[in-house]
Formats: sequence, structure tokens, C-alpha cells
Amino acid sequence: MKPNLISRRLLLKRTGALGLLAAVERLVPAYALTSATNAGSQTPLSGEIIDLTISEQLFRLDGRTAPAVTINGTIPGPVIRLQEGQQATLRVTNRLEESTSIHWHGLLLPPNMDGVPGVSFAGIEPGATFTYTYPVRQSGTYWYHSHSGMQEQSGVYGPMIIDPIKPEPFRYEREYVVMLSDWSFESPEVLLSNLKKQGSYYNFQKRAAGEFFTDVRRMGFWPAIQNYLMWDQMRMDPTDFADVTGYTYTYLMNGLSPAGNWTGVFRPGERVRLRFIDAAAMTFYDVRIPGLKMTVVQVDGQNVQPVVVDEFRMGPAETYDVIVKPVEDRAYTIFAETMDRSGYARGTLATRAGMSAEIPERRPRPLRTMEDMGMEGMDMGNMPKTSHDGGMTMPGMEPSGDIQKMEPFDDHSSAEHRQHRPGIPPTPGMPDMPGMGTVDQRRSTIPGAEPVKHSPDDHGPGNQTVAEYSQNRMGEAGRGLEDSDRRVLLYTDLKSLAPYPDQREPEREIELHLTGQMTRYMWSFDGKTYSEAREPIHFRYGERLRLTFVNDTMMEHPLHLHGMWMHLENGAGAYLPRKHTVVAKPAERLSVAVTADAPGRWAFHCHLLLHMEAGMFRVVEVSEQ
Amino acid sequence: MNGTGFPARFSASLLAAALGFLLGDGIVVTVIAAPPSIESPMTPIKSMVTDPIASGKVSAGSTASKASVTVGPSAMQEGRQSKFPSPGDWPAPVNDQEHRLFTLVDVLEYRPSTGGSQGQEDYRWDVEGWYGGDYNRLWFKSEGQKDTAFKADYDVDFQLLYGRFIQKHYDFQIGPRVETQTFRGRNVTRGLGVIGIEGLVPYNYEFESALFIDQNGAVSARLSLTKDLLLTQRLILQTRFETNAAVQRVEKFTTGSGLNNLEFGVRLRYEIRREFAPYVGISLDRSFGETATFVSQEGGNPSQIRFAVGVRAWF
Repeated sequence: MKPNLISRRLLLKRTGALGLLAAVERLVPAYALTSATNAGSQTPLSGEIIDLTISEQLFRLDGRTAPAVTINGTIPGPVIRLQEGQQATLRVTNRLEESTSIHWHGLLLPPNMDGVPGVSFAGIEPGATFTYTYPVRQSGTYWYHSHSGMQEQSGVYGPMIIDPIKPEPFRYEREYVVMLSDWSFESPEVLLSNLKKQGSYYNFQKRAAGEFFTDVRRMGFWPAIQNYLMWDQMRMDPTDFADVTGYTYTYLMNGLSPAGNWTGVFRPGERVRLRFIDAAAMTFYDVRIPGLKMTVVQVDGQNVQPVVVDEFRMGPAETYDVIVKPVEDRAYTIFAETMDRSGYARGTLATRAGMSAEIPERRPRPLRTMEDMGMEGMDMGNMPKTSHDGGMTMPGMEPSGDIQKMEPFDDHSSAEHRQHRPGIPPTPGMPDMPGMGTVDQRRSTIPGAEPVKHSPDDHGPGNQTVAEYSQNRMGEAGRGLEDSDRRVLLYTDLKSLAPYPDQREPEREIELHLTGQMTRYMWSFDGKTYSEAREPIHFRYGERLRLTFVNDTMMEHPLHLHGMWMHLENGAGAYLPRKHTVVAKPAERLSVAVTADAPGRWAFHCHLLLHMEAGMFRVVEVSEQ
Repeated sequence: MNGTGFPARFSASLLAAALGFLLGDGIVVTVIAAPPSIESPMTPIKSMVTDPIASGKVSAGSTASKASVTVGPSAMQEGRQSKFPSPGDWPAPVNDQEHRLFTLVDVLEYRPSTGGSQGQEDYRWDVEGWYGGDYNRLWFKSEGQKDTAFKADYDVDFQLLYGRFIQKHYDFQIGPRVETQTFRGRNVTRGLGVIGIEGLVPYNYEFESALFIDQNGAVSARLSLTKDLLLTQRLILQTRFETNAAVQRVEKFTTGSGLNNLEFGVRLRYEIRREFAPYVGISLDRSFGETATFVSQEGGNPSQIRFAVGVRAWF
């Protein structure tokens, strides 16, 4: 598989095969190309001044070609490598016929440098060059992308690495960026338009007659009928896991398709740091490398106490840094299966280029459960309880004995069940944290640990369902992973390596409901889109506040706050991890603590880009008074 | 279909009226961000404030952030006392008020002759769609058919409705309808007012109901329910139920008082794409009471079983 980028101009200029090849090599992202052919170097852009040009190019993938919008001609854009403490100057030139922008995802910077048209600045007009300049105040793995229209989905995204001033608290001999994304030959406008007209347009994994008869055989006739009727009665679809699926998406790893097989070369025994970035528009990935344990050392660019896992789920815009130590002289598949199981991104870690390992089989498509609808109060006695009964029971409850749903009624040490599931040993090498204390104390420190009944306000017609009971679900791996005997990373595993300075208790709480209407493809906060809400969310400058997200929908939403960290209130006491993007599960109540230390106007939105475009977006205004 | 052409002027003015309704409701029909003026000179922008809370090791943030912009907000001012820059001439960060046009050709079919003296080839369509946003939509609907158990000869109607998404799952619709029938070579046309509810009822039935009042005050109603059953991901069986009823007898339009007809049909389609699905189907249609008598009198068949081949499409 040849690397896949061809510039339109060059393609026109050079028609000979040799010329074509030259063009290909020149326009592939440097790190994808070099890592595919020789070990090691991921040639980054670095230095005092970095120039980026945004232009339309032809993107070629598995033999098909389509116009794309690129940064410096490649998808993803070049790796930008900065040094903590430096003054970054990035000159972005717009060679498009429409306005553009670059947002530096996860960076703390002045509000007018944040790059969101309509919030931080006016955008970069065609032909213009905008100079971003800001002090680099942090380190870790980040990324950057356009915040204009649908450009990000058309290819305007790239990795950004910031090297720390102090040495890092972990060692490795080699590193690669692994940027996951999704590509459709339909334009983003068409994707959104199709979904607005038929919310289930891309779902080709619905429950059809064949599955029904299988369920009848397994569950019995009446239970199966009841189950199907129940979902129908609610006008919900338990197979709704991804709005846009492998039907139209090709899932990319560093810009290459699964057939393209991005390859990172290592020497046996080396520790390899993989910087995973989910730059997908609409795709959650479950990432694993069969045969290797992964030690998670950073999340969203922030050091965490190392956690050894077999698999982790990442939402759009999250980043996870893991260290692996392959000792054998062989190839390992990096397998990033989509949450809905309709496809995967794939690459290889190998001792030589050209090697490949077995590609795991995809797991069956999962099903939503009553728990995802926040129907805690429903009487379990009426529900069939067999495992895999077709979306009715709580899969987590069976063999693992994991308890979520029964908590309101079964009030004994459920938090313990969540923390240490049978079959999953407590993470080795994870010291007990001061301030974390006993299980019971920990339970009380997670806001929403107890189910909370929804208020009578159902957020209007734009909100299809209301999670009758919302509850914290950070101790769950997520739907589709709950029965796994692999060790899957949980949000409750994340503990900052060192406590962050502001340890104040939040003075007040802002509750935001995540709302939507799947059949009309409406997405909003508190039932109101950005345009309908008008008023920004106000943070008082200097205050410590709690943002509580209540997910009334049956989908996961990655929520991204610009300009400030969100400290995930996951029971880690003084060691709350901080994130720029937080995934809220269906019917989840999840809280983050924010120190409002960045005056100005900031974007806050769902990072499923079509949800954002549909209106799941707010401005947060931090000011005095 | 020779009698279908109700005046184009009429429909155009209806369209204008309905658009006015939409606009009057505070909706901007096209949302295209005007290009912001870019006359503002290069403006050095100082960062808003220093940050007393962040650890003090980075002090650069207060002064070093200077932007040389060729495009930028001229309203930007220094200091935290001033209001934040007003994004008056800035584009919206998201385009969440886009208006769209949707047309669903749910039924477009040829119905071969079923034999017998009264059997005739005929056709039928049922089209609906909307233009608008999430809440406010201009709906259009058209049904046309020939020689059903309910209506003899040709019957064509067109509705243009303002619809508002008022309740979870339901649109409220109101507007005019024009109905034309051809009756022994003669056209009759009437105007009606429509109030309707359309949406998705529990158990996933597409629900469409409407109350009609014609220009002479005669009241009638229509209800239809359709449901898709998935045999496979692409092979889909649509069941369809429709009924009409009237309060007053309107003989000119083959309508008796009371229950007019019941129709039950199944259509098996294959979605080559989501937007395009050929189908085969069968429908049972029967009229009752006075309506049945009128249909018989006019030479129609008040009880029919019809086969159909057609295409379901949307765009």
C-alpha cells in the first residue's frame, strides 16, 4: 500500500509514473512516511516560528480520490513539536476560498489566540495570514484542528507535542504519534444532511428478523417479543452506537487506511511510547495491541499515575499516552475497533517495515440497556436476566457481578464492586493515595455516586428522552466492553501524578443537561442549541466551580472546554486528573471541577463534530462579578 | 390526471403566505454569514489579564501575547473592565440553523389490472416533504390515485402546511388543501382547511392525522399509520394503514357520511441506497356505507385487492 496523498497541482503537472511517485512521497505526513520506511524519526515542525498553510488538495485512499482540506498538504497535518516555556509563533495562511482557523486543542492560551471563529476572533479570511503567538505553559500530547465549518472533518487536523522542561517521570527509547481519525468520501455537509433527514441513515446494524429469531430461540418467545416491543414502545433503537458508521467511514491511523497499515518500527526490548490522539469527527475507538500490555502514563497531555491495561476506550479529542515494551522479534497489530464495531483502524508495530500481524476479529455489535436510558427505577423482576438477552439486562451485572442498577435498592458496598471487579486484579504498582481513604469515603467523593432523579423539566421537544435517574458511571468500562476479560481502563483509574495547586472545594455547581433528538438529529444543552440559548454560561473569574453534566441522551458525548482544565471528580481526592475533553456515558451524571482562571470567552461543546454543528455548543464567559 | 392542474397562481400565493408565516415566526430562512468587514487595521492585541491563580512560573502570558493580525476584531480592547469583544460582525461558531429541503416519495406505484370487467391499470403516489429547520417547517403533501375503493376515477390532492415541532415526536400542522376529482370526464375541485398532527407514536408507527373542513363547512378526517419491519438491513416490509371518515355527505366528491374506507397494505422494498428502494406490494381497500354506494354508482369497485410495483425514494 502506497502512502495516500497527492496534491492536485502536482498530479496535474506530472503525469508520468515516476513523477506520481515522487509526488506521493513528498506529500505524505513526514512521520507516517518515515516510520513506515525507517525506524525512529518523526520529522516535526519546531522552532521559534512555524508556518502552516491550509489549502484544498486531493486525498487518495484505497484507490479513491476526493478533495480534502489539508494543513501543509497532508492528512493529518505535520507534527508540531514545541518546548514548554517557549514563545510559540504560528503563522497560518489561508489558501482556501472560505474563512478558516486553527484551534490548539488543550492548550492554555489567551482567549484571542484560541482560534474559534465567532468566539475568539473573526476567523482567517481567504488569502490572509494570521499569526498566533502565545507562551507555551504546559507539556504533553495535544493536537490542533480547524474550528471553521466542517473543515476539521475534511482533513484539517494534526498532532502537537510539547516537550516538558523537567524530565518526564517515565522512560522510553522510542516514540510514535498514533493519530486516529475517520474519513468519508461523502462531504460532511452530506453526512449531516442525511442524518437530519433520517437519523438512522448510517446504521446498518439494526435488529432485523434474523436476530429476532435467534433471540426467540435463546430467550424464549415471550421475553423476546417483550424486549423488542419495549424498545419499539419507547421509540428507541438499542443498536444506536454511532451516528456515522463504517458504511461510509474509512478509519485512519496516521492518515492510512487499514490496508495502508501504518507501521512503527522498534527493536525488541525497547520501550515505545505511543501518543494516541482521537482526531475523528464522530468515532469512539477501543484500542488494544494484542500481545502487549499498555501502561497509560498521560491522559490529555497530563501525567497520571501509571495504569497497566489491555485496552482503553477513547472518545473524539481525547489523547492517551501509553508505553509498551515488545520483547519479541515480531509484529504486533495496533487495533482500534470502533465502539459500534462497524469498522476499525489498524496499524502495526514491527521490527521491520513490511511485517504484519494477525488482525483480530471484530466483536459483536453491543446493545444499549435499560441502564443507558436511566431507567433505574424499573423493576428488574419483569426483565429477562440472561446475559446477551438483546439489550434488556445490564450486561455488567452478570458474570462479573458488577453492580450499577441495583444501587438505589441494594445499598451495600457497590462502589467496591465498581472499583475491583472480580477477574480484574487491582492495578499493580498503583500506590494508595493519601486522601483517598476507604471505599466508603471514595464513594462519597464522586458526585452522582447515588442515582439522582431527573427534575420535572424535560427540556422541551428537542430532547427525546430524559434519563429518569442519572448516576456516575466512571467506574464502568462502557457499553460493549463490560463483559471483557481484558483489563480495560476506567475513568476511576485516572489519578494525577501530583496534586494540582487549587484544591478548593467547588463553591457552586452548574448543571448542564446533554440533550438530543435522534430521529430529527437535534443536539443541544438543556434542550437549547447554541443559537437558541444566546446567553453564555458565566464563570466568575477566580472561582472554583463544579460543572455537572447530566446525559439525558442514549449516546456518549465527549465534552470539550476550551481555555481551562476540567478536573475529573472521579474520587481521586487530591489527585483528580485534569482533562480538556471528558466523555459522558448515556444516563451518566458526571462532575468536573474548574478553576476559572482564564478571563474571556471560551467555547464549550460536544466534540462529536456533527453534534457540535447541530448546536451542542455554548460560549463560556469568564469575567469578574 | 387531466384535471389536476389547479391554478399555479394559487399555489404560488400559498407558498408566499406560508413563507411569510415562517418568517413572521422569527425564523431566518437562509443563514449565510456575511463576510465580516476586514478593514480593521493591524491591531496589537494584549492579553486580557494576568493570571494570579496559575502557578507563577509563567509570567509571559501577561505581556508577550501579541498578535499581528491582518484580520481581526477592531472592537477588541484592553483590560478586563471592558466588555469582551463583541462578536457582532463575527460569523457564528456553528451553523445550527441551517434550513433543509426534504422530499419523501413514500409511494409511487403502478397497479396492474386485476382482471374482471372493472379491472383497470392505474397508479398512485403519496409524496410529502418539508423545507425548514428543526422546529418550523413548511410542509407539502400530495396524494394522487385513480380508481380506488374510496374514490372513483381520478383523485388528486395537494396540501401546503405550516408545521411546528410542538411536542416530543410530533409536528402540529395547519394550512390549506386543494382536492380535485375527475368524475365521468368532468372536474370538480374544492379547497379545504387542514389541521393535523404528524409524528412517531409509541411502537414506532409513523402517524399522520388530519382534520379537513371544506369551503362549504363539510368536515372530514384522515388517519394513516405506517411501520417498517426489517427483514434484513435493506429488505424492509412496510405495513400501511389508512382510513377516511366524514361528518357530512359530499356526494360530488364521492364521500358519504361516517366511515368512508379502510385500507391495509404491505410493501416489500429493497433499499439499494437509503434514498432509493424499489418495492412490490399488495393492498386491500374497501369502502363502507354511503361511500360504497357512491363508488358503485359511479362505476367503481368498493372492494379491491390490488398488487403494486413501485419505488420509494427521498432526497
